[in-house]
Amino acid sequence: MNVQAWTYVIVTATFALYVGIAWWSRVKTTSGFYVAGRGVPALANGMATGADWMSAASFISMAGLVSFMGYTGAIYLMGWTGGYVLLALLLAPYLRKYGKFTTSEFVGDRYYSDAARLVAAGCTIFVSFTYIAGQMRGVGVVFSRFLEVEVHWGVVIGVVIVFFYAVLGGMRGITYTQVAQYCVLIVAFLIPAAAISWKITGNPIPQLGFGGSVQEGQQAGVFLLEALDALHRELRLPEYTAAFVPGKKSMIDVTAITLALMVGTAGLPHVLVRFYTVRSARAARWSALWALVFIGLLYTTAPAVAAFARVNLISTLHNTSYSDVPEWFRSWETTGLIDFEDQDGDGMIDMSDGANELTVDQDIMVLANPEIAELPAWVVALVAAGGLAAALSTAAGLLLVIASAISHDIGKSILWKDMSSRRELLLARGTASVAVIIAAYFGISPPGFVAQVVAFAFGLAASSFFPVLVLGIFTRSTTKEGAIAGMSTGVLFTGSYIVYFRLIRPEATAEDWLFGISPEGIGAVGMLINFALALTVSRFTKPPPEEVQQLVSEIRLPRERAGDSP
Amino acid sequence: MSNQPDPSAYWRANLRLMAILLAVWFVCSYVLGIFLVEPLNHARVGGFPLGFWFAHQGSIYVFVVLILVYAAVMDRLDRRFGVD
Repeated sequence: MNVQAWTYVIVTATFALYVGIAWWSRVKTTSGFYVAGRGVPALANGMATGADWMSAASFISMAGLVSFMGYTGAIYLMGWTGGYVLLALLLAPYLRKYGKFTTSEFVGDRYYSDAARLVAAGCTIFVSFTYIAGQMRGVGVVFSRFLEVEVHWGVVIGVVIVFFYAVLGGMRGITYTQVAQYCVLIVAFLIPAAAISWKITGNPIPQLGFGGSVQEGQQAGVFLLEALDALHRELRLPEYTAAFVPGKKSMIDVTAITLALMVGTAGLPHVLVRFYTVRSARAARWSALWALVFIGLLYTTAPAVAAFARVNLISTLHNTSYSDVPEWFRSWETTGLIDFEDQDGDGMIDMSDGANELTVDQDIMVLANPEIAELPAWVVALVAAGGLAAALSTAAGLLLVIASAISHDIGKSILWKDMSSRRELLLARGTASVAVIIAAYFGISPPGFVAQVVAFAFGLAASSFFPVLVLGIFTRSTTKEGAIAGMSTGVLFTGSYIVYFRLIRPEATAEDWLFGISPEGIGAVGMLINFALALTVSRFTKPPPEEVQQLVSEIRLPRERAGDSP
Repeated sequence: MSNQPDPSAYWRANLRLMAILLAVWFVCSYVLGIFLVEPLNHARVGGFPLGFWFAHQGSIYVFVVLILVYAAVMDRLDRRFGVD
């Protein structure tokens, strides 16, 4: 069978699996729909969190990004894992102890204010839509590259699948399909990674091969990273492992971006809500551990893949005659992901700085890996299924938080307080259906600004949720005025900075930025502003009512009140 | 060992544990992986420049260990203070 036939077989099989799981775990109650009835075991929730969290970007693009950034890729590697430490220590157990259904609900109750609830629900919806458009696009792109289906039909197929299990199965359906999707995506990531590690360094464990030495060619016996640095010097590019040299990001910018991504991760509503689905505060802690173990498996492999792919790319293509390029080059050339333009007309590929002969899309580093490592066709197909699993699982998690923010936080808690659970469940399903259609529209014709504002999702989460959640748990004295002032100023500051430097003055350079911090990292400053303002305003306003202070004392203890425990 | 719940002692023990773990979190990622990366890169561990290793690998392993320690110690604190 050829690659395409294999892809059809594997993708169809995995989709059938997801739909089957959704049917088996369909729900009839609001608690089942929003938080899977709070019965998810810690290990399963860890896997589901891994799939929920790792999007098409983590699976397809991240290794390639790191490959081009070298050391600076650490902003993604540390930024997207370090947040789980904050999540585990500062938020997950307490939010689980508080219970109920959503993060905005905690904000609304802790700050005794529907205004705070509304701001939080609004941020949730905005952040999640920004994020979901990219996922739907990812589904379409995988379909079009591997199955030669038009992007928009790919999106439609993806939407139908997500619609089926998110609307029918709610959080329970999503959780168990995410467990399956995690397994698919991690296997699809690790097999080619092990193969390319073995091919280049003779060690099948990528994390070890990363520190090993090159097996073949001119640089046989040299440490992989030394060989890579040497190749970069030859091309007059900054060394791969060098940190703050010209042409790379500055130390302050790396620090700010890493912090914004960490804190943003800990404040993303679709990640937070996963910790509502386990049995207890204790289970929430263990499940944060499992989540990071499962995520770390991909995140420690990705930088190794990045280095292998980079060495391989340079050593096989640089100074090679165009007529001698390997097979995979030809097959990916047709997709436009790799492109050679013979500027000096000598028929040789020149990759050095300034020559501009070879254009390489970052996604190729993962997508073409199986072919570079000469793996069989079914592995290539598995990578397609893995990319789809990563995109669909994240999309489903996002859809659910959008639906809960609208039907529960705005509908049930503010507009129609006496709505019956049956009506609420119907409303939640209706909202999810509408949201999935909007997401499909964004996926088919993404508004031009989507790519520019993805940084927004993290910046916004960092500068809105994280500070008020932490203060809500760790202080009794933070008032509603403090929280609302902090949240809205943090978001407004971060939002205007991003809009200004991304849309109004995109040509601005590091010298124009505030303290040299790029729009990607400004969420870290927004977060500090939020903290400072919330604390200051709280000092000058009326302290929170007695029952709210009681609530704070209550959530600090893991023990369930009588009657709550199963 | 008393089984009498003492919420404020439990909370103090929790905060102390958190402070220690967050200090390690900060040192491994920001200090070793970012602030000191250039001097540390002069040292090598196997084929890795040390600072680069912290930034691309080591910090992630440390994060996992931190949550493991947190979950395990909190289990013990829960029992010791009778709040589980």
